[in-house]
Amino acid sequence: MKAEFDVRYTAGLARLNLSEAEIAKFQSQLSQVLEYVEELKGVDVSQVEPTAHANPVFNVVREDEPRDGFTPQEALANAPRQANGLFAVPKVIE
Amino acid sequence: MSLISLSISELQAQFRSKAVSPVEALEALEARIQAVDGEIAGYLNRDYAAALKAAQNADVNLPLGGVPIAIKDLINVKGESCTCASKILQGYRAPYDATVITRLKAAGAIPFGRTNMDEFAMGSSTENSAFAITRNPWDTDRIPGGSSGGSAAVVAADEAFASLGSDTGGSIRQPAALCGCVGLKPSYGRVSRFGLVAFASSLDQIGPFSKTVRDSALILNAISGHDPMDSTCLNEPVPDFTAKLGRDLKGVRLGMPKEYFVSGTDPQVDQAVRAAIKQYESLGAEIVEISLPHTQHAVAVYYIIATAEASANLARFDGVRYGHRTAEASNILEHYGRTREEGFGPEVKRRIILGTYVLSSGYYDAYYLRAQKVRTLIRQDFARAFEKVDAIICPTSPEAAFKVGDRSEDPLRMYLADIFTIAVNLAGICGISLPCGFAQVEGKPLPVGLQLIGKPFAEAELLQIAHAYEQSTNWHKARPVIG
Repeated sequence: MKAEFDVRYTAGLARLNLSEAEIAKFQSQLSQVLEYVEELKGVDVSQVEPTAHANPVFNVVREDEPRDGFTPQEALANAPRQANGLFAVPKVIE
Repeated sequence: MSLISLSISELQAQFRSKAVSPVEALEALEARIQAVDGEIAGYLNRDYAAALKAAQNADVNLPLGGVPIAIKDLINVKGESCTCASKILQGYRAPYDATVITRLKAAGAIPFGRTNMDEFAMGSSTENSAFAITRNPWDTDRIPGGSSGGSAAVVAADEAFASLGSDTGGSIRQPAALCGCVGLKPSYGRVSRFGLVAFASSLDQIGPFSKTVRDSALILNAISGHDPMDSTCLNEPVPDFTAKLGRDLKGVRLGMPKEYFVSGTDPQVDQAVRAAIKQYESLGAEIVEISLPHTQHAVAVYYIIATAEASANLARFDGVRYGHRTAEASNILEHYGRTREEGFGPEVKRRIILGTYVLSSGYYDAYYLRAQKVRTLIRQDFARAFEKVDAIICPTSPEAAFKVGDRSEDPLRMYLADIFTIAVNLAGICGISLPCGFAQVEGKPLPVGLQLIGKPFAEAELLQIAHAYEQSTNWHKARPVIG
């Protein structure tokens, strides 16, 4: 399984560019970490349910009542680029 | 004792007798910060003018009236920066208050100063900050622990009366231990995370750093309770967490897990913790040997689950709505890839990649699902132990503070620094670290932390047990000599 770990491919999935130096370094460091976590393969979990989080609460809902949110100005206040009251992004569709 | 060394309780007594005003306390604090923070680098930012205004209008009769509290730089305080010690959030201004901030303000406290941290809370030394390396006040060649290293260091150095941090795998308790202050991780669901920048959502919890156990109880009183804005924050009754302080320990059973007393722990740490256990016996507690058999797997489980959740949470940093954005990208994929390459530091990149990998097609069952199952076994260990004991006693960290630079190039070794704190987050229970002595290292005293682990939502009992020990020792009164 370790041999299949490919930093370049995984970084692509995470939309994260890396330099060649980072790719080499992370490949070796994270292979070590993956080797370490292999120990879990030795634990018998055949009869065990997974824990997603510590408290058994599900489907928490609240009354669907309108309340104030951000104004458009507040929502855009941190935008690195905006145009006509909208977030501006590079062209997505050719 | 000087004004800046006072606990919150002592400070409030001074306020209420009008011996000291909140403005005078804030002035003294600011003078202290100016005198020593050049050396400690615990703060990233602070707005003295705004805090002064709040101090002038403070109502000292409120539960935390007029008390300045430092805030880890990943909790939103309206109008302030909230960088998470990352370049990707440089320039961001929080448009709202986190629920803990709303509650601190309602209790009369003054959020003052933003503390340094490992970038996005990923680390155990605060060396992963993009902006500064915080120093341990007891030896400035050493790290303060992490990820809430700034929040711990400023309390230990008397640059804050108390602070807030966050704990995902030990990020409150480990730096509290290494800096010699009190640090409390509440049970999962006790404190709202609305307005906390998320790292690993099934593990993160906000909690206080303070000079005394009582002060942590006071802050927990203010920040606890159900919040409709955080659906994981449970609608559990919130007791007065100071109510049981001062009760004796007759009939209290403390479990000593054999897996936490193993070779590999620094002998001086082991000795200090064993001495604390003896002290508990003399205070009337019964010590019971217990076993938490899946302890050895906690670090592996954690680094799968925490990185998986982080890789999803950090997808929001895309250079569109806030934060850093790459200069010119010809298409959207280049925009994302370069924005994130430029904005994130090495440890964050490592964890995003690891987390993405363990969730990726073909590996999900082998890594993530298996880790979630072993997590169940770790939770069951604690549930069984708590049938026999009221709380668990062990070291917070296997060692005292290490040197800056010592393991920044060895991620796996750094991850193992959290070996005694991580299981508490996986189980969702509460834990506290408090000072229990010193290790003498290269001629300098370095604080050692005692960890107490409590049942879910049993913070009041945990604080009672911690307080009884604290009041029978003088460790919490020790202060580092800085400069």
